[in-house]
Amino acid sequence: MYVAVKGGERAILNSHKLIAETRRGDGQVPELSVRQIGEQLGLAVDRVMTEGSVYDRELAALAIKQAQGDLVEAIFLLRAYRTTLPRFAVSEPIDTATMLVQRRVSAAYKDIPGGQVLGPTYDYTHRLLDFALAAEEGVGLPEAPEAEAPLDEGMPHVADILDHEGLIEEERPDSEGAEVFDLTREPMSFPAGRDQRLQNLARGDEGFVLALGYSTQRGYGGNHPFAGEIRMGEVSVEIVPEELGFAIDIGDVVVSECQMINQFEGSKEKPPQFTRGYGLSFGHNERKVMAMALVDRALRAREMGETAMYPAQDEEFVLYHADNVEAAGFVSHLKLPHYVDFQAELNLIRKLRQEHQDRLEKEAAE
Amino acid sequence: MNAVAKKASWDEAYNFAYLDEQTKRMIRRALLKAVAIPGYQVPFGGREMPLAYGWGTGGMQVTASVIGPSDTLKVIDQGADDTTNAVSIRRFFKRVAGVATTEATEEASVIQTRHRIPEKPLKEGQVLVYQVPQPEPLRKLEPRETETRKMHGYAEYGLMHVRLYEDISRFGHIATTYSYPVMVNGRYVMSPSPIPKFDNPKMENNKAIQLFGAGREKRIYAIPPYTRVKSLDFDDHPFEVQRWPQACALCGARNSYLDEVVLDDKGGRMFVCSDTHFCADRQEKGHRGPMAADPAARAFARSSETSEQKEDDGR
Amino acid sequence: MSALVLSESLGTTVRQPLMRATGVSKSYGDTIGCLDVSFTLHPGEVIGVVGESGSGKSTLLNVLSAQLPPDAGTVEYDLRHRGMSDIFRLSEPDRRRLMRTDWGIVHQNPRDGLRMDVSAGGNVGERLMAIGARHYGEIRAEGLDWLAKVELDASRVDDKPKTFSGGMQQRLQIARNLVTRPRLIFMDEPTGGLDVSVQARLLDLLRGLVRELGIAAIVVTHDLAVVRLLADRLMVMRHGRVVEEGLTDQVLDDPHHPYTQLLVSSVLQV
Repeated sequence: MYVAVKGGERAILNSHKLIAETRRGDGQVPELSVRQIGEQLGLAVDRVMTEGSVYDRELAALAIKQAQGDLVEAIFLLRAYRTTLPRFAVSEPIDTATMLVQRRVSAAYKDIPGGQVLGPTYDYTHRLLDFALAAEEGVGLPEAPEAEAPLDEGMPHVADILDHEGLIEEERPDSEGAEVFDLTREPMSFPAGRDQRLQNLARGDEGFVLALGYSTQRGYGGNHPFAGEIRMGEVSVEIVPEELGFAIDIGDVVVSECQMINQFEGSKEKPPQFTRGYGLSFGHNERKVMAMALVDRALRAREMGETAMYPAQDEEFVLYHADNVEAAGFVSHLKLPHYVDFQAELNLIRKLRQEHQDRLEKEAAE
Repeated sequence: MNAVAKKASWDEAYNFAYLDEQTKRMIRRALLKAVAIPGYQVPFGGREMPLAYGWGTGGMQVTASVIGPSDTLKVIDQGADDTTNAVSIRRFFKRVAGVATTEATEEASVIQTRHRIPEKPLKEGQVLVYQVPQPEPLRKLEPRETETRKMHGYAEYGLMHVRLYEDISRFGHIATTYSYPVMVNGRYVMSPSPIPKFDNPKMENNKAIQLFGAGREKRIYAIPPYTRVKSLDFDDHPFEVQRWPQACALCGARNSYLDEVVLDDKGGRMFVCSDTHFCADRQEKGHRGPMAADPAARAFARSSETSEQKEDDGR
Repeated sequence: MSALVLSESLGTTVRQPLMRATGVSKSYGDTIGCLDVSFTLHPGEVIGVVGESGSGKSTLLNVLSAQLPPDAGTVEYDLRHRGMSDIFRLSEPDRRRLMRTDWGIVHQNPRDGLRMDVSAGGNVGERLMAIGARHYGEIRAEGLDWLAKVELDASRVDDKPKTFSGGMQQRLQIARNLVTRPRLIFMDEPTGGLDVSVQARLLDLLRGLVRELGIAAIVVTHDLAVVRLLADRLMVMRHGRVVEEGLTDQVLDDPHHPYTQLLVSSVLQV
């Protein structure tokens, strides 16, 4: 029956009931709690917070539960909720040099002030399915040994070490004192400032950003990257309330950060030096921040006077297609009825076929 | 329903019409600019809505910004009030704005539409809100926003005619059937959204305000009442609308846009008005089409009768 | 009315220049594109610019045709209605209008100058539609007329350029540019990449059209045969500078600068 588009109210309501039933699954199996998702599917929560642009583990976990683990759907839920939230303030820039580091590695130097901190990573696990995790009674409470000495207080950025020698471009805000662009409040405009670009990439689909970053490594706009530093840990967030006039700490967030170091040949004005690409995400997501840093640098092609000829260097292409809420929506809208337009095309095709037939008959007769 | 007497009440977990007042003000500013420069695409800070992009988020934000508690809302998709997405959007506004809804074109003060303009001529004071998937009429010819903005700015529209030229040289006539580009007020080339070109002439000198919202692309544009809207064409190949050899099988209308409905898998089909309210209204007034008495046709007509009734059942 | 027509109607013989370049320089970082180039072009005159690759001739062409702003110097053009005007001081819409009406640009690679998925007729008609032509029959007739002028078969009018040979594409590009009767066309290696026999036919055609329509042209090439056939005057470029200039026959038959002598004696592979 062709009722899919003319279902009306009842069909929609019944569909809601059916999805609720499917989401719960077999009633014999205990129901997942939002806390369990928050604790045990933490990396999924991190991704949903990052691309959903809301730092709230509980809401992100709820979204994941509601979306049956479909992370793009969960990101959409969180974004739609975000629309209803007021914006109280713009925070001060977070200072990742003061980060309470859980993990910090540099591929550019063997040793760095503050040391390399491996932290929690899958990098050196063998990717063998661990059947112990499948055991009915679970894994108990695994515990990692404590370090013999605490980590250094200060962990300077690796890029800053190069900075002292002028070997790397200085990191400066786009324009002093100017208000930061807010992608959630303003439409995109081109050419994009770095604030707009980084916000877009941070919210951008991890898979899309990853593929673009990868493409630059394979020669589609390569710029010889080194992972200058990747760090993950807690930083405090401060705002300056107007009535106070000074900064107050409003809480801590866990973020991942990547500074990619790239070559630059130099120009008439500038001697050759290293340049930076930057990536930042909520929670722990190194794949995303590394890919983001690659794409950020690739998108600076115009600013650097490099020839922009590859997808990852094409600002409009990248920024317009990175958002998975936009992309998923527009792809899925093809499920909506289009029968009015289809009718118009149907009539046209019939007419064109008739004209074609008439022409053939006329030619045969001649 | 007695909606007129009833004071609007809505789900107070949300602000009236979902969006906060600041956002509505921002959208209203964009709308005012759009009305002041007919056909010009105004960028606006589109918000994420609890509806997927491409499903009418632009239209929804425009409706949310212009609607008040005393308004009466009609929502159509493909000309029909009972298509699932129309039902879903109407439900949304019932919940978050508590406004009265209707299927009668003449009773509505705000009509949100996807892909059609109602057959019944609109009146002064009515607002027609279009859902727009792609606001840029030049996009298929030029993918870059920076370039298309220049083309609009400098009124460089030659390329649009190249597209129509190509149609005529290939087919002997213009083969664009929907999203047929128009020139608004002699200045801006505009996409009418994917309405069939059948509806294009209705935009010209319309008494209602026509507002267009593109959520994903974050653009708003407008046609104020009584504005020139000309479909692009050539002097020797003037713009034409679709015509059908048939009349509506149910109401016998000869001047409406018809949908083809497949009745069985043996090639049985009928053509009926895509505007369901227009068709039902005519039938109520005693107009009958050639298949009005046919059992299969009647079964179809029943399946699409007033969904207002069913929505109340579902509550 | 252009200054030329005006002065002709007054019966004077003073020729107003069509374009004047003064001290044009453009560099890319440490690399010099072109340096301190000055010349005057008169209506109907064809200037050839020759030199090996890297001599700065393509940079110069890009600056003259308003595609690249110079670091120093000015380029003035005799605009209809306005007279001599600095093209880089024009508003962007004015400059874009100039480029698609009174100027033509024939690219070395036809792909840069044609819409490959638009029919030949549509390619020729685009400029007409851009300036307001709205009669399909007339646009098509004009297109057919131009196809004939560039010796393309009328039966190909609805075919797309991607089905054309290189020589045909180049002729179509010329038709597409000339349809608005520009007063100046820029050509970048117009015969580059074509077979020798095809080159000769194209050059013949170009010479005929330029003379018949009285169009001025600036032709950049490394091929001395091209300039000998087309150009009235010649500029020889090396390391971004013009090292010698004069009437084509004079320069080619009696070169003064050692570099020109090398070029002409074909010792230098260019």
